[in-house]
Amino acid sequence: MADHVTAPEPTAGTLRGSTPPPSLQVCELAFAYPDGHQALFGIDLTISRGERVALLGPNGAGKTTLVLHLNGILPAGHGSVTVGGLPVAKENLREIRRRVGIVFQDPDDQLFMPSVGEDVAFGPANFGVTGDALRARVDTALATVGMSEHRDRSPLHLSGGQRRRVALATVLACEPEILVLDEPSSNLDPVARRELAEVLLGLGATMLMVTHDLPYALQLCPRSVVLDDGEVVADGPTRELLADPDLLRRHRLELPYGFTLS
Amino acid sequence: MGAGHAHPLYLAGTSPVHRLPSEVKIVAAFLGVVCVVATPREAFAVFGGYLLLLAAVWTVARIPPGWMARRSLIEAPFVVLAVLLPFTGAEPRLEWLGLSLSEPGLLGAWNILVKGTLGVLTSLTLAATTPLRDLLLGLQRLHAPALVVTIATLMLRYIDVIAGEARRMRLARISRGHDPRFLWQVGATARGVGSLFVRSYERGERVHLAMLARGWVGEMPQLSDESTTRRHWVAGLSPVGAALALAVTGWLIT
Repeated sequence: MADHVTAPEPTAGTLRGSTPPPSLQVCELAFAYPDGHQALFGIDLTISRGERVALLGPNGAGKTTLVLHLNGILPAGHGSVTVGGLPVAKENLREIRRRVGIVFQDPDDQLFMPSVGEDVAFGPANFGVTGDALRARVDTALATVGMSEHRDRSPLHLSGGQRRRVALATVLACEPEILVLDEPSSNLDPVARRELAEVLLGLGATMLMVTHDLPYALQLCPRSVVLDDGEVVADGPTRELLADPDLLRRHRLELPYGFTLS
Repeated sequence: MGAGHAHPLYLAGTSPVHRLPSEVKIVAAFLGVVCVVATPREAFAVFGGYLLLLAAVWTVARIPPGWMARRSLIEAPFVVLAVLLPFTGAEPRLEWLGLSLSEPGLLGAWNILVKGTLGVLTSLTLAATTPLRDLLLGLQRLHAPALVVTIATLMLRYIDVIAGEARRMRLARISRGHDPRFLWQVGATARGVGSLFVRSYERGERVHLAMLARGWVGEMPQLSDESTTRRHWVAGLSPVGAALALAVTGWLIT
């Protein structure tokens, strides 16, 4: 089911100009599951290179469905997705999956190889990197997340925070155009949560972060997009959106107890 | 490599046997067992030769014979079958300590016992000097079916995750007063196994998505670029040469 993607129209982003194409451009994306449930109704979203954007919304808003469209795991029903100017289409799937680095919510799903080093090497090896270049990718990615000394360990013997950072490294090793993080702060203790934030802020990468953790979105992402019922209902500076109690209430979003933004 | 996956049959070490590429050891163990099986059962002395050969490998690999002997007890249930053969076998029979034993039965029992034991000892030698992870890499390099290698690799990773899940589910049951000491209480445990299966299945789907997202196309990539040289093969297969000589001797003297 995953690999059938209808070829979308090439967009202006494919033209080579002085400005780089946006890292992610989603145009009028709509999708219905085979059981008829319409999950997305015409999503428009553009993320420029280097931007960090939070994707907020209640459970069942279509966030995960949108994420699975970004690398062609789900085929677009209508509309198009382009990543760094390259349309998500069946013939580009390999390059698209290199460009879109998804860090899944449960690191145990993401880390499936017997050792940390092998897991980090899995992605780049699939994309054709070998030998010294592969070793260098693994070294750099593990050093970026501060996990170099755990290279030969089993992911099973790492703490939750360490696993999350290794999961990030497995994606960084593919040198993606855009990082997509699904609930990066879930199940982390406060220190691990802060350490992950420091790593993410230090990357300077284009980032789309799906989260329910509104303070985390505020800390990491200058811009936020609110998705509800398969539609983009708000798109603006994170601080402004989170300071609008009516908007939050309408879309089942809530700051934690004791938080207020002015 | 393979740290954290120490299995009870593995004896960590850095001997020349440990350092041999795993595919060489797999092939050597397989061919060694073939030689043992092909030896006529009446060539009694030859089997002693095989044991000496294995002992030589253990010396090089620094495996204490006692360590090996304890693990070879795994064979015990199969030995029981062999012990029955002399009593139930065909004519001619011979008397020994007042017992009437069948001669072909005795030979049959000896055949099973000696070849089985040598086979177990060879496999244990392979397992003692090769971590599980390297065994899988070896199978991959020997072009075992990709699907089988992938399944085994994933099993190696997830068996502990699933065991952890089962443990948490058991704790949750016990915390709610479940005390499966009685037969009529096993129902809850059985349902637990069912939901564990469903959970593992769902995890399988999520892992598959995560693999696709990182460009997986149906085969585990070759991550190690260490190549196996002719010297490795010569070193690894030299005991097999000796075993072959023993097998030929066996055929010649019977």
